[in-house]
Amino acid sequence: MNPGDYLQIIIYIGALLLLVKPLGSYMAKVFQGERNVLSRAIGPLERFVYRISGIRSDEEMSWKTYAMAMMLFTLAGLVSLYAIERLQAILPLNPQNLGAVNPDLAFNTSTSFNTNTNWQSYGGETTMSYLTQMAGLMVHQFLSAAVGIAVLLALIRGFARHSVKTIGNFWVDATRAVLYVLIPLSLILAILLVSQGVVQTFSGPKTADLLQSTLDANGQVVTRQTIATGPAAAMVAIKQLGTNGGGFFNVNSAHPFENPTPFSNFLEMLAILVIPAALCYTFGKMAGDTRQGWLILGVMTVIFVAMVSVCIWSEQSGNPALAKLGVDQTASSIQSGGNMEGKEVRFGSVNSALWAVATTSASNGSVNSMHDSFTTIGGLIPMWMMQLGEVVYGGAGSGLYGMLAFVIIAVFIAGLMIGRTPEYLGKKIEAFEMKMASLMVLIPVLLVLFGTALAVTLTAGKTAVFNPGPHGFSEVLYAFSSTGNNNGSAFAGLGTNTFFYNIALATAMLFARYWLAVPALAIAGSLAQKKSVPVSSGTLPTHTPLFGGWLIGVIAIVGALSFFPALSLGPIAERLMMR
Amino acid sequence: MLRQLKTAVLFLLVFTVITGVIYPLIVTGAAQAFFHSQANGSLIEANGTIQGSALIGQPFSDPRYFWGRLSSTPDYPFNASASQGSNYGPSDPALLAAVQARMDALKAADPANTLPVPVDLVTASGSGLDPNISVAAAEYQVARVARERSLSVDSVTNLVKKYTSGRQFLIFGEPRVNVLELNLALDKLE
Repeated sequence: MNPGDYLQIIIYIGALLLLVKPLGSYMAKVFQGERNVLSRAIGPLERFVYRISGIRSDEEMSWKTYAMAMMLFTLAGLVSLYAIERLQAILPLNPQNLGAVNPDLAFNTSTSFNTNTNWQSYGGETTMSYLTQMAGLMVHQFLSAAVGIAVLLALIRGFARHSVKTIGNFWVDATRAVLYVLIPLSLILAILLVSQGVVQTFSGPKTADLLQSTLDANGQVVTRQTIATGPAAAMVAIKQLGTNGGGFFNVNSAHPFENPTPFSNFLEMLAILVIPAALCYTFGKMAGDTRQGWLILGVMTVIFVAMVSVCIWSEQSGNPALAKLGVDQTASSIQSGGNMEGKEVRFGSVNSALWAVATTSASNGSVNSMHDSFTTIGGLIPMWMMQLGEVVYGGAGSGLYGMLAFVIIAVFIAGLMIGRTPEYLGKKIEAFEMKMASLMVLIPVLLVLFGTALAVTLTAGKTAVFNPGPHGFSEVLYAFSSTGNNNGSAFAGLGTNTFFYNIALATAMLFARYWLAVPALAIAGSLAQKKSVPVSSGTLPTHTPLFGGWLIGVIAIVGALSFFPALSLGPIAERLMMR
Repeated sequence: MLRQLKTAVLFLLVFTVITGVIYPLIVTGAAQAFFHSQANGSLIEANGTIQGSALIGQPFSDPRYFWGRLSSTPDYPFNASASQGSNYGPSDPALLAAVQARMDALKAADPANTLPVPVDLVTASGSGLDPNISVAAAEYQVARVARERSLSVDSVTNLVKKYTSGRQFLIFGEPRVNVLELNLALDKLE
């Protein structure tokens, strides 16, 4: 590794942590309805949304009403996005004259974008019209992120409030998340990205004369290059900030028009994690104890740094099979070296590995390199990050509510071991909370393992596999790890645009999203009703490094025990075979 | 519940307009006004024709030109209407075959070259459209291009330096050479 690479990693993590407090306290103000710097500019628009949609902003909801509102909204989103995809051929803004999207692919994609997953079984530039990308997919990149944040806010209120039945208003929370957080940040990021070369135009594809002609697959001479463009910058900004990941072009942020320079890469990587990280501070602030927020952020950062180190080390070490052919993979001042298959020269192996860990620790799923071509261990890390439940920073909102489920479990187990009443933030953790938290931890595990098992048993699952040997199994495991945790990245060799995979993966995405969100809301409702227990000598402190270490242990043990056998059949077996 | 459903539909509609129409129009307006060239694909134009994009690579196999990364786009290499990576796993025999084929081609075009073969010159990029190669990959090809074009090694080296970008702001990314711009400049030299 070059010394400059260490500097880039330090600057990245440093910038991320520096943004946590300002953005986190701003979000705390926004979500508690306090005056903030944008109140004057956005307040009228907020009230307009309430008036036109019939939202009573002072109305409080029980957890069941809150969950009902979320599910009805999701239903409306699923149906409308499906309809747009099916009808795009007769709708405007379709300069490439693309046809209707197939029913199973349209269902998969509609589910994918409504669940904040952004799994893409299609290539954007060859399948979706500008209208579908903009007024369909991109709208849900805003809204699904807002739904995740709303569920988190409800859970935070469950901890912060006591002896009440209500946990806030779903519509108000979602509206504020979009208007005050996602849109302003996206506007800034989108313009910065255009300055670097991300395209934003409606003028359709361009045609260039090739300097040297080439031959196509049929031996015909090709003299011209058709260059797909489109309104990409607006979508790239929210796909990163909303932990969505669904890109405008097929290869996502590896595409030079989606991520043209090292600086655009830095900004996009920062955008993956900034909201999830800052929400830790928002949580501490709203729950009345910022130390708890910092502790969780610290735990996340420790896991993140450890995983980044392993992944970068593996990608920098290069591919042993290429070394045998005599290829020079060493890092030097004139090349980044390492495993460059599926990677872009402007990012090199270090920034590609850093991105891979960031995108899978969050539920983002955007890529700037092809994970399928990573080294065995380099590919294992992103897979395991997703399998841990994406609680390291995690998705917008969904990461932290997933992490709080782990906190509940950690508190409960610790309480049992040392004989104290399990409490967190002054709330007793009892059987109901434990049941719900266990659901939140176990459902993704079931989806990943059973989904993979089903796919590798059926012919329809096996024929889609692209790479031979254990790597083919890794492709399937990765697909279900990604959709079973609402990530969206892929070992993209797997040909998933088939009826079987479109339906199976969509099912995994639906369960992963709502079988976690609804139990999280149930915990919120239950906690809000409880009395607040004052801190006593019997209270287990949850802001200490000791508890932080314990929490890391619980997460790692659940992740390792659940997935070690499956990982052994994929990346670990491949590694052993390559020696 | 009916009231919530009605709210859900109206909420979706109003936000489709705000985030799906107004937001992208603001971004498009600002992009076209302030960063016109970038927003439209950073095109390289000469004599009224588009020669390519500074951000999108083109296929080169003539020894007179610098070669770029391998490309796995469908139909033909560097097909910029359908970006795609190879998705070969690290142990896939097809990966090794592709790498070996590129090494053989490099060797055939320049049998006397004894420099180590830089990894980015024999592997496929993630997008299939990578406009860049590493400085090492350019240096590997300098002697061949100079000989094929009857130019001095120094003049080609200088041209490579001209189209080399260092780390952005001295910090970010990796040093790299823009292959299309370099080759266009080579043609102009003659």
